[in-house]
Amino acid sequence: MTEIPKEEMLLKCPSTCAGCGSLLALRYILKAAGKDTVLVIPACCNSVIQGVYPYMLHTVPVYNIAFAAAAACASGMSEAFRAVGKKTNVIVYAGDGGTADIGIQALSGALERGEDFLYICYDNEAYGNTGMQRSGATPLGAITTTTPNGKTVNKKDLDRIIEAHNLPYQATACASYPADIYNKVKKALSIPGPKFIHILAPCPPGWRTPSEKTVEIGKMAVKSGIWVLWEKEYDKFTISAPSRAAMKKPSPVADYLKAQGRFRKVDDATAAKIQAQVDKNLKKIAAEAAYSEENA
Amino acid sequence: MSDKLVMSTGNKAMAAAVKMVKPTVVAAYPITPQTEVIEAIAEYVGGGEMDARYIPVESEHSAMTACIGASITGIRVFTATSSHGLLYMHEMLHWAAGARLPIVMGQINRTLAPGWNIWAEHSDALSQRDTGWLQVYVSTVQEAYDATIMAFRIAEDNRVLLPVMINMDGFLLSHIMQPFEMTEPGDFVPQISLPHKIDVNDPKGYGAMSPSDIHFTFRHDMEKAMRASRTVIAETEAAFAKRFGRSYAPIEEYLCDDADVVIVAMGTLGKEAEVAADILRKEGVKAGVMRIRWLRPFPIDMKIEGKDLVVIDRDYSFGFGGVVAGEIQARYPQAKIASVIAGLGGQEVTYEDMATFVRTRKVGTEFWFGIPSEEQ
Repeated sequence: MTEIPKEEMLLKCPSTCAGCGSLLALRYILKAAGKDTVLVIPACCNSVIQGVYPYMLHTVPVYNIAFAAAAACASGMSEAFRAVGKKTNVIVYAGDGGTADIGIQALSGALERGEDFLYICYDNEAYGNTGMQRSGATPLGAITTTTPNGKTVNKKDLDRIIEAHNLPYQATACASYPADIYNKVKKALSIPGPKFIHILAPCPPGWRTPSEKTVEIGKMAVKSGIWVLWEKEYDKFTISAPSRAAMKKPSPVADYLKAQGRFRKVDDATAAKIQAQVDKNLKKIAAEAAYSEENA
Repeated sequence: MSDKLVMSTGNKAMAAAVKMVKPTVVAAYPITPQTEVIEAIAEYVGGGEMDARYIPVESEHSAMTACIGASITGIRVFTATSSHGLLYMHEMLHWAAGARLPIVMGQINRTLAPGWNIWAEHSDALSQRDTGWLQVYVSTVQEAYDATIMAFRIAEDNRVLLPVMINMDGFLLSHIMQPFEMTEPGDFVPQISLPHKIDVNDPKGYGAMSPSDIHFTFRHDMEKAMRASRTVIAETEAAFAKRFGRSYAPIEEYLCDDADVVIVAMGTLGKEAEVAADILRKEGVKAGVMRIRWLRPFPIDMKIEGKDLVVIDRDYSFGFGGVVAGEIQARYPQAKIASVIAGLGGQEVTYEDMATFVRTRKVGTEFWFGIPSEEQ
């Protein structure tokens, strides 16, 4: 069993919506990172969740920066710390819009340069802070305020884009699996160079789910295989335990879709298309894991 | 401390000054005509002459952001840009000033597209004048070097803590060679001491959501710092003169005391105008020159009483007029201004042309140099 510290790094005053997946994830990220850490946060839900000046939710310094700018800010901060001999963890905590859309140029640049920081994207699959508009990470069929009939194109495959930068550590995670998050953050921070973790963060108001169902919805995503937990350390690709179990017999994606109001306009044809994509992706991931194991 | 006379372009002199003040981080992206500045710095760092981290970012937006991220840790940073690069930084210029970070930036003045044009104009920097950055305009290679050294001391002074932009005319100064004294600043630029630097042992939030009244106070604090920077600039330039023997003022005056007409300009045009004044003096015209060096903070003590001003703007605010002429008129309503728009896109403007502007001036009107009068 993973020993997760009891000490809380977030104070008990978050301005989150009830059942916020991104805050749940952050709680364990900070427990793993510890006090010698600076958070860099671009425009996103978490730039509001921290509270209004002069109050603050976090017990580590938080540097708020412009929407497109998180990875570049972390680059400068990390370089400056290293230049004066400090090991301080620099962690970006950014939403999917600030990562997959407007922030992707700065992120790509930082990854290519090999900057020493951990970039965590919490993915609630839309622009949550501004009231649920579609982002590049919004999945096919999801209703947002700018896709009122459901998104007609696929979710951007952010992880494959990141992977193309050949970074030393990359992983996916889900807010419903805190121990997995904790372990992955610990491991990421032990490795020099750029690290990236992509965390699915269920969002009750955006996903149209009851706030007490956040953990359950996240688990449904993993169990159906629409979200797969894995990590890649250098060339070693491993499927994480919850997904290894789920992939033996994935639950129907339709159950996951039906549990959320945002998918209420998904018709049978679209649901079948989503299921086919999930099946294909699971095969791809299983093959990648097998290949990695054979060539270890 | 030995000063040596060397030949250099404006760009390389600026880079040499940056090396002298030892920044810890330089983040930059190349753009014509600035590129030579960051190439020289990359060479210094690569060759071990300069102990700094050089971050070769993927855009100017990231260059300024990386400087912001580095600066808040409490270290000295530098970047350089020009023209479209400066505009691409625009958002982050506000973030830098609003966070009260003493970032120093070389800004090589160049016009903006369309059409593509790489030559000198001040529109790039003047379109950033409301970002909270101090702006100084230089006119010689020596001044580019000296102003760069002083910029760090001014920006990092705890009474200021605002970023400084050193403006230099593209090609006209960035790429021409002049001899200059490469003064070693020694301890003239003290160690940086940022009161609000990030400290993990005293965690604070930076740039969090702020209510209106507090935000209002933050903005007023920036203006107070701008006002205080006038004192700090004066002190720094006086200390520089005392120590190194080269003196500068927010407005460099030439033959102004008894002048009836004064040419007002920034950068190389302001220096060239001194030759025009000499010519005019020989003709019996009591001409002088005011070269505005610090546009932000704006000069508050222009001695213009009883004088006609021929203000040459290498810029334009469409639907309004020349920016510098407009600023002077707003600050000094009694000013008698003949506004001349000249030098846009690198248009050649000689001292003879400037003497003609004075001879043919019509106070209260605007004249576009090179456009026939019937079209104006």
